[in-house]
Amino acid sequence: MLRAVIVLRAIAKLSQSLNRPPILDQLDLELRAGETCGLCGPGAGGKSLLLKILCGLVRPDAGTVSVDGVDLQTASPSELMRVQSSIGMLFQNNALFDSLSVLENVAFPLVQRVQRHSEATTHEEVMTRAQEALRGVGLAQHAHKMPSQLSGGQRKRVALARAVVTRPPILFYDEPTAGLDPVTTAKVYDLLCRERELTGATILLVSSDLPALLRFAPRVLMLYKGRLRYDGPSAQIADSDDPVVRQFVRGELEGPL
Amino acid sequence: MTRVAAAALELVLSGVRALGSLALRLCREAGGMVMLLGYVLSSLFRGRVDGRQLMVSLYKTGWVSVPIVALTALFTGGIMVIQSGIFVRRFQAYGLLGWGAGFAVFREVGPVLIGLMFSGRVGANNAAELGTMVVTEQVDGLRSLAIDPIPFLIVPRVLAMMVAMFCLLLLGDVIAVLGGMVFGKLLLGVEFSSFLISLLDNVKLWDLLVGLIKGVFFGFSIALTSCHFGLSVKGGAVGVGRAVNDAVVAAALTIMISDDILTLVLR
Repeated sequence: MLRAVIVLRAIAKLSQSLNRPPILDQLDLELRAGETCGLCGPGAGGKSLLLKILCGLVRPDAGTVSVDGVDLQTASPSELMRVQSSIGMLFQNNALFDSLSVLENVAFPLVQRVQRHSEATTHEEVMTRAQEALRGVGLAQHAHKMPSQLSGGQRKRVALARAVVTRPPILFYDEPTAGLDPVTTAKVYDLLCRERELTGATILLVSSDLPALLRFAPRVLMLYKGRLRYDGPSAQIADSDDPVVRQFVRGELEGPL
Repeated sequence: MTRVAAAALELVLSGVRALGSLALRLCREAGGMVMLLGYVLSSLFRGRVDGRQLMVSLYKTGWVSVPIVALTALFTGGIMVIQSGIFVRRFQAYGLLGWGAGFAVFREVGPVLIGLMFSGRVGANNAAELGTMVVTEQVDGLRSLAIDPIPFLIVPRVLAMMVAMFCLLLLGDVIAVLGGMVFGKLLLGVEFSSFLISLLDNVKLWDLLVGLIKGVFFGFSIALTSCHFGLSVKGGAVGVGRAVNDAVVAAALTIMISDDILTLVLR
């Protein structure tokens, strides 16, 4: 059996308002090496927050988070840095740096890694790798443009190139196709599939595009009111015993949601 | 009577609530700024500053501000001559014009006016830029790449604004003196040489240094307030607008209050 790369135990994140229920409530989760897992659920349910907790960007109020064998709450800054270096994250808003060109954005994680580890990689080698990553997402001709000059779909592809350019063993994708047309959505998922085949990375993908998510991820989770209401094969989610899960997946108007 | 008393009590209570809310907010913002100051000093002592970002910030805060500062300084020198012209004429004290204009510009008017212009241009821009980076997850993007935003984003801006204010003030002082000379000649007929002799004979190096020390401190406070409000943005574009507003108001208040304190300390 493959080792667990991500282990969450009894994770809780309280709401900032006293009258509201916790955003995440006693959440347990395990992801094994090389596994692809989809995460869905109604809006404002804590899905993006969960990814930020896994990246070490947000501290949970209770529970333990272990990524690649490192407990993120007790990790030293150097351990946390090592874990974060092994994670590629595609943010919902792309998080491209406005002041850098498309090529510089993609090269940014490589440049930081070279500086941090004092690697003997030349600037030209870094830029060549960044160009290759851009070519991989079909945007090599836009390398010297600024992010503001690109369309939403192009920006998403640049963000994807930046997330995977260092070939990280763990990848988190937060709404990779939000706001994109069906053709661009298909292109992005095609890229995600190619990257998965190439790297064999452990992937956790948050998406509201349920049909695409179920096609992409063999295992799927549904988060509702801070708890996991479904954790199982994507092929069986529509037949779940839980009425909340069934209504969400089938998109029915009547039901507990 | 009871109803009137209840209404009065409610009025008092709402006043107390508003006061409490304001006090809490002040404490939160002041606490946030002190924490940010701690992080900045800790990064500085460990020598953790991104050199490239420092150069970019120096360009964006310093070089780009030269025209607006030059214009402000030119007319500041002019206004000092116009205001003091009334008394210069009345008492025939043409030989004191250079001293009067130079002393006021170097010690008070120059640092405060250039500080306020700098806050409106650079501080507001900095708060907006950082706020936008927060709401578009760029700061989270940096942190997810294991990059600490303090040495990468904040420390270069703080250093750049301090250096920029020093240099801009020095340049502004020179331009203000030139402005004063031109306005003195045009409005009062004071010769350039007379203006300069009056200035050099009466204004001490300490007067210039006091202004420069104030300028560096103002640069530091503008950087700290704008970075704090920029980084604590919540709520999208509306939040960015609010942060810019808060940053400019806080910087102006800090400039005024610290100017009084520094004037007392550096007499």
